[in-house]
Amino acid sequence: MTHISGDALLVEHGDYLYRYALLRLRDPHLAEDAVQETLLAALSAKNGQGFAAKSAVRTWLTGILKHKIIDHFRRAQREAPLPDGEFSDGDLPPGMDDFFLEDGHWTEPPSSLGNPAALLEQQQFWGVLQTCLDRLPKALARIFLLREIEEKENEEICKELEVSTTNAWVMLYRARMGLRKCLEMNWLGDRNAEL
Amino acid sequence: MLSCKEASRLVSQSQDRRLGWRERMALRLHLAVCDACREFSRQMAWLRQALRHFALRAEQDETVRLPSEAAERIRRALHGHD
Repeated sequence: MTHISGDALLVEHGDYLYRYALLRLRDPHLAEDAVQETLLAALSAKNGQGFAAKSAVRTWLTGILKHKIIDHFRRAQREAPLPDGEFSDGDLPPGMDDFFLEDGHWTEPPSSLGNPAALLEQQQFWGVLQTCLDRLPKALARIFLLREIEEKENEEICKELEVSTTNAWVMLYRARMGLRKCLEMNWLGDRNAEL
Repeated sequence: MLSCKEASRLVSQSQDRRLGWRERMALRLHLAVCDACREFSRQMAWLRQALRHFALRAEQDETVRLPSEAAERIRRALHGHD
């Protein structure tokens, strides 16, 4: 193989790259643009030529896409950074905040989610998780997904997103708190409604 | 003694950094006596696992495809570059 055709890359890898981008960018248009930028970059890069195995091409393309996604995150973080400081108002949707009373006790103690391993087997659960991720403020979702899905180290994330370490801990904390609460409300709420 | 609020922060941060010795002891002490925070701690570990499953499923979900209009647009953009 001496030459890579754009059409072939699109047919072979377009859907996968789109899913990969959509999971992280959480916006179909942004994901489409990222796929386009990735394939354009791939075509203009010389070192793309000569890959024989499909899996090697996919790994290479995914590597390019990852950089495109980080670039986007960094731009977004610059344009709409989370305010510094411990707790700012209104950056979690209503009902996903106010976790503690003034004396530091839980407003509502976490209720058991049942058998957590079994939960992961249930189709419905993934829909609820998707909904809850979409309800997280974008800045929180970005850093949280980098941490949990990419399993990136905190220092690396801070460098990439240009946030302080302390701020990153606060954002990750708020993302986890918000997500947990949302899952509890929607998942347990639904289950109870069915009973 | 930590409050639940402080304990929940340490539980979260323990997923992002190595807690100091004092923090670990304080958290262990709190979790030993607080059912709510113990449940919270279990859920945090589970949430991390759930997110990883979620990502794998999303990347492999073949019902999610690049919309055909977008594919057409990209194909046009790529022409002249290959």
